[in-house]
Amino acid sequence: MEYMDFKEGKPMKYGLICGMEVHAELKTASKMFCGCKNDPFHAEKPNIYTCPVCLGMPGALPVPNKKAIEWAIKLGLALGCEINLFSKFDRKHYFYPDLPKGYQISQADLPFCINGKVETTFGPVRIRRIHLEEDTGKLLHQTIAGEKVTLVDFNRSSVPLIEIVSEADIRSPEQAMEYAQKLRQIIRYLDIGDCDMEKGGMRVEANLSLLLLEKFPEGIPVPIDESNFLPYKVELKNINSFKFMAAAVNYEMNRQAEILDSGETPAQETRGWNTAKQESFPQRSKENAEDYRYFPDPDIPPFRFTQAQIEELRNELPEMPEIVAQRWADEYGIEAKYIEPALESQNLVQWGEEIVTAAKASQQQPNKVFSALFNKKIPAKIGDPAQSLVDQYIALTSHEQLGDNELRTAVEEVMAQNEDAVTRYKAGQVQLLGFFMGQVMKSLGKKVDPQQIKATIETVLGS
Amino acid sequence: MSLNTKTLTEQKSLLEEKEVTLSEIYSDTLAEIKAKNEQLNIYLTLNNLAEAQAAERTNKALAGLPMSVKDNFCTQGLRTTASSTLLDTFIPQYESTVTKNLQNNGGVIIGKTNLDAWAHGSSTESSQYGTTLNPRNPEHLPGGSSGGAAASVAADMCSAGIGSETAGSIRQPAAWCGVVGLKPSYGRCSRYGAIAMASSTDSPGPLAKTVKDAALVFNAIAGHDPLDATSSPQVFTDFSRDIDKPITGVKIGYVYHGLEGISNDVYTAFEIQLEVFKSLGASVEFADAMNPQLAVGVYTIVQRGEVSSNLARFTGVRYGYDRTYFGAEAKRRIMLGTHTLSKGYADKYYDTAQKVRTLFREDYTQLFAQYDILISLTSPGYAKKIGASEGSAMFGELEDMLLEPSSITGLPGISVPCYRDEKTNLFLGMNIVAPMWQEEKMIQVAHAYEQATQWNTWTSKKGSL
Repeated sequence: MEYMDFKEGKPMKYGLICGMEVHAELKTASKMFCGCKNDPFHAEKPNIYTCPVCLGMPGALPVPNKKAIEWAIKLGLALGCEINLFSKFDRKHYFYPDLPKGYQISQADLPFCINGKVETTFGPVRIRRIHLEEDTGKLLHQTIAGEKVTLVDFNRSSVPLIEIVSEADIRSPEQAMEYAQKLRQIIRYLDIGDCDMEKGGMRVEANLSLLLLEKFPEGIPVPIDESNFLPYKVELKNINSFKFMAAAVNYEMNRQAEILDSGETPAQETRGWNTAKQESFPQRSKENAEDYRYFPDPDIPPFRFTQAQIEELRNELPEMPEIVAQRWADEYGIEAKYIEPALESQNLVQWGEEIVTAAKASQQQPNKVFSALFNKKIPAKIGDPAQSLVDQYIALTSHEQLGDNELRTAVEEVMAQNEDAVTRYKAGQVQLLGFFMGQVMKSLGKKVDPQQIKATIETVLGS
Repeated sequence: MSLNTKTLTEQKSLLEEKEVTLSEIYSDTLAEIKAKNEQLNIYLTLNNLAEAQAAERTNKALAGLPMSVKDNFCTQGLRTTASSTLLDTFIPQYESTVTKNLQNNGGVIIGKTNLDAWAHGSSTESSQYGTTLNPRNPEHLPGGSSGGAAASVAADMCSAGIGSETAGSIRQPAAWCGVVGLKPSYGRCSRYGAIAMASSTDSPGPLAKTVKDAALVFNAIAGHDPLDATSSPQVFTDFSRDIDKPITGVKIGYVYHGLEGISNDVYTAFEIQLEVFKSLGASVEFADAMNPQLAVGVYTIVQRGEVSSNLARFTGVRYGYDRTYFGAEAKRRIMLGTHTLSKGYADKYYDTAQKVRTLFREDYTQLFAQYDILISLTSPGYAKKIGASEGSAMFGELEDMLLEPSSITGLPGISVPCYRDEKTNLFLGMNIVAPMWQEEKMIQVAHAYEQATQWNTWTSKKGSL
């Protein structure tokens, strides 16, 4: 991939130090602090899923969504986090027209989860914290009757949002991408979020700076002491795909390397990503950093969890993808290329398990059945009954091999005998295909792969 | 005698015995409002539908009787300003839980009463709709922030009123207007729909002519609300359950004696009252409590911080008017609160204040290990003259000093009239505080005291010391 080329023609003088902040909306039925429907991306009109609470009306009060809190904790447990048994929500103040209360309910010093880890093929990335907050509304810039206006849609206001903050353990654009993809996989696998990046259901930000590699002949260690950092940090924002994120990190590395080469220090700032130009651009200087005036939200009493409650949530966790992969490889002998696609959801894994069970019961090798499914030798939709798939696999493998000519002759004979049906088929009665297949099988008088017959009929009729 | 001068309990029984009709009560009440509201500036908005609504609520506990509601409770379809012109045209689309409960139990909102703008103050002088005058003596302030509510009761312009207290805003105006003001345990009455002042101490509660009336209204508005996460699931049956029980053997601690800024005359007037409890068989002794002046600092920091946050939603994007419509007091509080929550200052101010708050809680735990009830003056003195709050940014905090310890700790308290100055016709109030969730106890003690003394102008002439 081209974005992985780093400053062609230049020696690798610098190494990347990168941490990430990932936001993901949770797909609870209702919003974070009120009973409104949580479905901002499918709302037919703006401001239909709103109430005094998510509109921030005077006197309205937030009541936290229990399910969202449980899900945030489950995600933490799935990522090996410690859970803060005492936790709370805080108010984070800033002004923006899409923030109806003038503050966002978030978590400051006592997030639900701390100290976790995400494994990547480049090494582990430590998770500093996972906290829960509310999403904002959305600004719509439009022209109405010739006048440029900004409208606010509060359907998204107060949708539950988790923020996952990593340590600065990421050392390459590829690792940054894999880390984010891994998080999405886990969130989807837990069935707690859709993580649609294009719509904004998942948002990634990278905090990065460079280091002179010559100081670290063995490579930049993980973790690394902050005293080694150069005195700047760039925050990359508004990136709506994994690919763009890797491209943006790569671009930044080049840009910062050039500045460092010239003896300067890159500015401490927030930068956005221009997809069309494939370059980053400055958004906000960090020098006038905002003060959010965090304080505990007096509307929401703090939470005291017991270890037993946490263990109960841990017990509800599914077997995580990494474990499934290991077990399928070790116990079932399934090849990695067939396992990876199944790890998208618990449903797929469950279906896979059913196929394995059915295969074993019929004395078939699960890997071969998977292979047949992946190579489309067996027509299948996700969720098709496992036993029928295995039966089809058995039929497929036990079919007598038939010369193409023999089959084609048989097909042509059937067509000649059923001219009327052929005319009707060509006129659009495609369901007659089944009739033709039956006739061909009868004429052949032996078991033949139905896919092969079907393909031949379609060839003959199409000619 | 006009029917509006009767107590809520009396009006109810007159209705039950069919001696009067609801429309006669409304007629007298509205006549009183018409005659005096312009001068006293008590109601900001009247509910034109009141009498029609009353007719449908006659079989409920509050019998369709007219109640005043402080104008910081959102009332659906009825303008709600918090006495700030910033909300001059705000007509809420939803009903606060307390006013919903009130109406479900037969109360009718006759009008919305004046307050210090955003409930910031103890005089109503920060109202952007003008000051309310004390009906007992119009040269004096009614107190605040529920000054309109207290005055509406004192002026017989309703059967009872709903107010809200953050620290003193029910009890102090009740004392200054010579009425009863009940501040419930924090979390007993839902804050949903009450425009937030300081969220961690805001407590809606009733103002009434008698302790019994206050308990009746309290019964109607209290209870757990799933829309308020700080509302308590504590159940109650009837707050007037023990009201007629004798207080023999009740251990009363008298706190806050000899503080600077309180005159000897006031102390003397108050201390004579201690004999009433003794004559009723209770014990009274001086109890050494944490200095309430420390609570002023704690409360000021916590409250200003919460105010600056709670008012952040009035951005100018919505509600029609921008932030220039905040009055001077609101601006002062927003600036102070913004400062105390700033990076580098939050530890110094907010966190320290919260620690001292915990010390007050511990102090009360100690006190209530020895006493069933704590009493003190409600306010350091009589109602001040009109104009007294001007130029005094800490006016309210000093007037409310004796109430702030119980407010920042969430305790329930009730203020009852305990002295009347014959020359000025102004009152002193006695603050009766109970442990959390024991409102029945303080109602019992307050009622016993009220019955035994002549200070309540509606129940008086029953003899006293």
